[in-house]
This record gives sequence, C-alpha cells and structure tokens, in this order.
Amino acid sequence: MADQPTALERFVQGILPENPVYRQLLGLCPTLAVTNGMKPALTMAVSVAFVLVCANVVISLIRNLLKPHLRIVVFTLTIATFVTVADRVLAAYMFQMSKTLGPYIPLIIVNCLIICRCEVCASKQGPVTAAADGLGQALGFGLALASIAAVREILGTGMLMGFRVLPALWPDWVIMVLPPGAFLTLGLLLGLVNYIDYKREEARK
Amino acid sequence: MSLKKSNLAQAWLVLLLATLFGTALAGIQAKLGPVIEANKVKETMAKIPALVLGEDLAAELAADNQTLTIKSRVIEIKKNGTTKFYTVYDAWLPDGKMVGHVVKAVGQGYADKIELLVGVDAPGKRITGLFVLEQKETPGLGAKILEDAWRGQFKEKSTEKTLSVVKGGEVKEDEIDSISGATISSKSVTGMVNTTVANVASQLQIADGPDNTKTPAVQNEEPGKDKERS
Repeated sequence: MADQPTALERFVQGILPENPVYRQLLGLCPTLAVTNGMKPALTMAVSVAFVLVCANVVISLIRNLLKPHLRIVVFTLTIATFVTVADRVLAAYMFQMSKTLGPYIPLIIVNCLIICRCEVCASKQGPVTAAADGLGQALGFGLALASIAAVREILGTGMLMGFRVLPALWPDWVIMVLPPGAFLTLGLLLGLVNYIDYKREEARK
Repeated sequence: MSLKKSNLAQAWLVLLLATLFGTALAGIQAKLGPVIEANKVKETMAKIPALVLGEDLAAELAADNQTLTIKSRVIEIKKNGTTKFYTVYDAWLPDGKMVGHVVKAVGQGYADKIELLVGVDAPGKRITGLFVLEQKETPGLGAKILEDAWRGQFKEKSTEKTLSVVKGGEVKEDEIDSISGATISSKSVTGMVNTTVANVASQLQIADGPDNTKTPAVQNEEPGKDKERS
C-alpha cells in the first residue's frame, strides 16, 4: 500500500477537497437538523469531531486484529461507545444544550461520515494518519455546519450567536430556521460550492 | 473443530472490546449519573415557581428577590392492586401561604419515556401549568409538546374532569387540541396528565407548614420511583 495518502494529505483533503457535507454528502441528517442556530451546530461539530478522532485512532490501533467480516461490528461498537461518552458529558455539563440537541447526539452513532472514515482510512493506516484524517474531516464537517447555520440564523433571526448583525428593520425570514430553510440553504450552498469548483476547473484549462 | 475456525476464536476481539467499552461506560455513568440527576432536579426547582404561579407572578417574585419554599415528598397511590409512586413538590410563598403543588409524572410517549411536571393549585382543583422535563419525540412533530402554545392549553383546566384530545379546530372546555401529525404524542401527554391528576389531586392537601420538618428542600431523586410497580 505504497500510494496511501500521508497524514498531512488526509488532513487537508478532509477540509475542502473531500468535504464530508459538500463533497461526499455524508452526515446530512445532523447537517439539516441542528443548523437552525450557530450554537447547536458548533456543539454538534465538536461532538462529531471527538467521536470521529477517537474512533479513528482506536480502529487504527487494532486494525491488524480486525477480521474482515466482523469489522463493521467493531466499528459500530467503538463509535457507539464514544457517542455515549459525548452524550453523557453533554447532559452533565451542558444540560440545556443537550436538551436542545435531543436525540441528535445519540444519532451520531448512525452518522455515515464516521463509519466511512473508519473503513476508508483508519482500518488501513496508522494512528497518526487516522487522527489527522479524523481531524481534517471533522474540521470540514464543522465548517459545513457552521456555514449553513450562519446563513440560516442570520436570515431567520437577524442575529448570530445572540448578536444582532442585520438592522432591526430586517423582516426575519422565519422559514430559514424552520426545516424547509435547512433544505433551501444546503441546496443553494451545495450549488455555490459546485459552481466555484467548476469555474476554477475552467480557469485551469 | 479446530480452534481457528470456532466462532469464539473469530469473535474474541468483539467480545473483548464489548467488555472493555462496557466497563468504561459504566464508570462514566457512575461518575456523571449523579451530575445529570442533579441537573434535572435543578431544572425542576427552577420551573416550579412558573408552574404554580404562572410566568408573570413568578417573574415578579424573582424581581423582588424572593423565592418559594419548596419541599418534596412521595405520594403512594394504591389502585387495582398496583402501587404508584409520585414525587410531589409543595410550594409556599415567603409569608408561609401555600401556593400549589408540582407533580412529576412519567409515562410512555411515541418514541421513548416522557417526563412531565404538572402544576396544580393549592386546593388541588385546577391545573396551573405543564412542563416537559424529558422527551425524545419526533423532532418537528411530537417534539412540539415542548412548545408554550401547546402546553399552555392545560392551564386552568379543572382537575375533576378527564381531558380529551380533539383534532383541529374547535376546542371546548376539557378538550386539548392535538398536534397535527403527532396524535400519539398529544394523547400520551394528555393521558399522563389525566391519570396523574385523577390519582393525586385529592391527596395533595397537606397540613404541614413550610418549616415544620427539617427535610432539605432538594431531596435526591431515586430514579424509577414514579414507575408503576405491581
């Protein structure tokens, strides 16, 4: 396996070139569900980052012991453990936020992004690369969540993290903080990212 | 069968990891469980003034830097051969006047267990408020039981009548408008309120004043105390 990407390549790829949301369209459930405000979006991003990095490192450490037909069980077991840790810690130290996020924290278990990284990177490469991969992907996921949350919160309430950014005259587009706003924003931003990419390809030629 | 092919030999890693992770999680639960329970009790205590006095009066009281005296007790209800336990919080104004009670109710919702706080006035005649302590109902549908507009319907309802859930439109006295798309959540919350009120309302009167006993205002909750035992 000589042509596996290095740790640095893995890290950089996760942020934009292989962004989990805008490029791989993974982890869309939390992307749509918790981006009606910046605070829940960031809490979700940090929780996913914790689970992703920990699961990646653990899987990478035991990668030589994995039986091919039992690997998914091991991935799920590992991920579920770290998700439970994240869920309990949030309930203990950020009680209100944990109530706001409700079932979406336990649902990180079924976030395909994490199992995908275990499969693609952690089960094949060393712990340093796996950690770098986890960090990069988590950063990419966080950026995507933050960008969607920023658009939705600003247009929907005129505020960002409790600070007014649009003049008070702004007629709050309530639909943006409601579920349809999530689909609208994701679709438009996805289109924008693709358009920019297309233009850059054009310019290169 | 050779050892290599036996199931145990193949699955040893899964078994080992399950044991290790399970132990680690048990440790974390042992450490964080009490903190989480304390958070819940703290939230209950913070909600009680608004539940028995209403939002406005509760805000006034807080603005005057006064607090209610709150004590908790457990009411035992024997019915049809089963015994139910309800945690009840009694609240007194600073001048010693009893203002009302808050009863904790636990029941099955659409997705998972729902925990409610039901506020009842001092004589046990009217519901003064409803708060959802814990729920995992469907976001966007059943989770609307959290919203003021829906919970507010329970205010001022008589505790002597059974509330029924109706769909859409005209809501008469003793009726609760169902959340569209979440009939089961609406019905389970209303049902829980009905059962709780029917069981407990007559038992709420209390002779004790706020200072008669030395029990601390916040007692440790025993999880599962309100569950039905047969």
